[in-house]
Amino acid sequence: MALLDLDPSVVATARELAARAAEPVVSLAKAHTTVAVERATLRLAGITGADSTHRAGDVPWVNRVIDTVREQCGLEHGVVLPAFHALREHNLGTLTELAEATAAGQIQFRIPTGKDLTAARKASTSAVSKGLRSVDRNRAQRDKLITKWGDPAQRPWIYLIVATGDIDEDVVQAQNAARAGADIIAVIRSTGQSLLDYVPEGATHHGFAGTYATQENFRIMRAALDDVSKEVGRYVRLTNYASGLCMPEIAVLAGLQRLDMMLNDSMYGILFRDINPIRTFVDQRFSRQVHARAGIIINTGEDNYLTTADAVDAAHTVTVSQLLNEHFAHEAGLPDHLLGLGHAFEINPKVPDSFRLELAHALLARELFPDAPLKWMPPTKHMTGDVFDGYLLDGFFNLAGVLTGQSILLVGMMTEAVVTPFLSDRDLALKNVRYVLNAAGSLAEDFRPAPDGLIVKRAHQVLGEAVGLLERIVDDGLLNAIADGTFGLMKRPAHKGKGADGVVEKAPEYFNPASEMLEAQSV
Amino acid sequence: MSDAKRYVRPYGDTTGDGMIQTSFTLPIPFGPKADGAALQLANRMGMDPAMVVHSNPIGDDFTFFVVYGSVRHLVDLDEVKVVEREYPLLSPAEVNSALKKVLRRKLVVVGGCIGTDAHTVGIDAILNIKGFAGEKGLEYYRELKVVNLGAQVSVPELVRSARTEKADAVLISQVVTQRDAHILNTQEMSAAFREAMGDRRPLLVAGGPRFDPLMAGELGVDRVFSRGTTPGEVASYLVHAMQEKKGVAA
Repeated sequence: MALLDLDPSVVATARELAARAAEPVVSLAKAHTTVAVERATLRLAGITGADSTHRAGDVPWVNRVIDTVREQCGLEHGVVLPAFHALREHNLGTLTELAEATAAGQIQFRIPTGKDLTAARKASTSAVSKGLRSVDRNRAQRDKLITKWGDPAQRPWIYLIVATGDIDEDVVQAQNAARAGADIIAVIRSTGQSLLDYVPEGATHHGFAGTYATQENFRIMRAALDDVSKEVGRYVRLTNYASGLCMPEIAVLAGLQRLDMMLNDSMYGILFRDINPIRTFVDQRFSRQVHARAGIIINTGEDNYLTTADAVDAAHTVTVSQLLNEHFAHEAGLPDHLLGLGHAFEINPKVPDSFRLELAHALLARELFPDAPLKWMPPTKHMTGDVFDGYLLDGFFNLAGVLTGQSILLVGMMTEAVVTPFLSDRDLALKNVRYVLNAAGSLAEDFRPAPDGLIVKRAHQVLGEAVGLLERIVDDGLLNAIADGTFGLMKRPAHKGKGADGVVEKAPEYFNPASEMLEAQSV
Repeated sequence: MSDAKRYVRPYGDTTGDGMIQTSFTLPIPFGPKADGAALQLANRMGMDPAMVVHSNPIGDDFTFFVVYGSVRHLVDLDEVKVVEREYPLLSPAEVNSALKKVLRRKLVVVGGCIGTDAHTVGIDAILNIKGFAGEKGLEYYRELKVVNLGAQVSVPELVRSARTEKADAVLISQVVTQRDAHILNTQEMSAAFREAMGDRRPLLVAGGPRFDPLMAGELGVDRVFSRGTTPGEVASYLVHAMQEKKGVAA
């Protein structure tokens, strides 16, 4: 039920402005490909494994192929035409064999023409279809298991993070967390993975402050959660990160290993990892198309703005980013029920009425996006190391979450910013959530903010400021707004940032069967 | 503090009672034996008498305890060694005028997170105009030129930028501490500056929540800042260090 009495015409204006702001960026995304999109396509077509003899350590085969194709005939036509032509020309059985031959220097890639072109198109289309069918089967399997084991009994779903660096330890922690009540397990990635321009291979045991996202680690964790889902009688979801320089590839791997949610923000990489803006928008569009196909819920990263900017002053930038994320997601084919738009409880607790302001912001998000599974993120910036204070703050965060009908609740840790959570920290944090759910889980029924009270007024003000900012972004251009430091105070010019050299303008003859099939689904 | 006490004990509600509170988890099933085990640990930690005021199971294999008790240890304040700030805290205006006087140009600060550390929250709190704890960051200071290289800056990249920018000071931040990454990264950084620039290297400052300010020597840097450091403290230190370098009396 609507409590804020938002003016539908203002809401419509906000959405229309977001669409206009996004439009030039979408065109840019359609006009370019990236090394990561091409690698993701070959992964869908079945390439696996790594070159373990390379002097730089394990280099995924897909990187060897893409880099060589790029060197020899460019990527503006896409990788599949030269790759599948070479496959046929050299009479090789699989893409992995092709990669080995490439590494041995036996392949000269070129763009096929005539009958060869037709053959390469056909062969690549059939290989990529096979990959997409695998993604489809996983989606059907998820639906089947949810029917069998059921969804969590309550909303919000309880989201817990594990991060040991070692996938085997992660399994132990994740299964224990599920037994203790977690509905969603997120495996945090190793620090630094976002800036790797390849996806590591195999099971890994030595991450920094997190565990590497690899296809094998995904498989191990999903299997472990299937075991515990059966035991606890509900389907426990698995989350990882489709972000950084390998966003599209990780999206594909997630689809192939039945991950359920992926962190995937339209601007996070640009602002917080200094990744080239165009690279990010191209990669993001493809990865979201893959998520849409796989039925994966994306989680956007608006919480991050509030860790750098002030949570009151910058509240409207969260709304603007949510609207942009929504538009980019819809454009890529993601329906509302897969949009885990983010926001966070980050107002300085010393600000008078901070809790009322939090309620206003959280309700605004709820009413702007009624059908989206909103992700509610706990305080981090004002967690001081005083764990007692922090525990109280997390309690208020949980209360705000249930009172405003948030869908996914990331469990706050009182040891945030101190240590990686102890077993007992996690247990106490879950106790906190359970207490609030039990004591006040249905309080929303009785909650009616006064029509001219602070909460309603504040929500209207934030929406108004968001519309104002969107107007400026439309005038200025989204890329310029990003360059000027509009979001999270970070200034990121369009031509700068990491991964810029991996962006390629498409030739008119560009061909990518994955894009064509994914594009068809979004209409 | 005149007439300072040399020996102190923790204070619960009565002077000298030595009362503390602690909590921990043992990898044993919940039950009387677990409580006994917790009591034994508390005694060995110097808590005597100790009371296990609460325990609860975490899964089948772990038990969590809250323990209160009196510790027998005394703290000898004469043996406590910390880095005391040896320079005055200046306002931004004072920093600006002092720098103008000492350098007659802007002081160049290059900063970033080195290694694989992607947590820019520390360096941003110090450098970004937004600042930290109500204090504006170094970008706000008129007489400071700040180059924030952001996250995951490689050591060669840092040295190169410091050279190109003719940096007077290099600030690095390290948040991730797994397997002592913060220590190893910082040592690698200071060694690289020594090798590349010798005595003409810029002032090296390391910051992060898990650094101990006493570690400067071990890390090969000029100064270490720990948890809770504000931009004003860093700016004041930079002024102080520049004055020392130029032989100006503070």
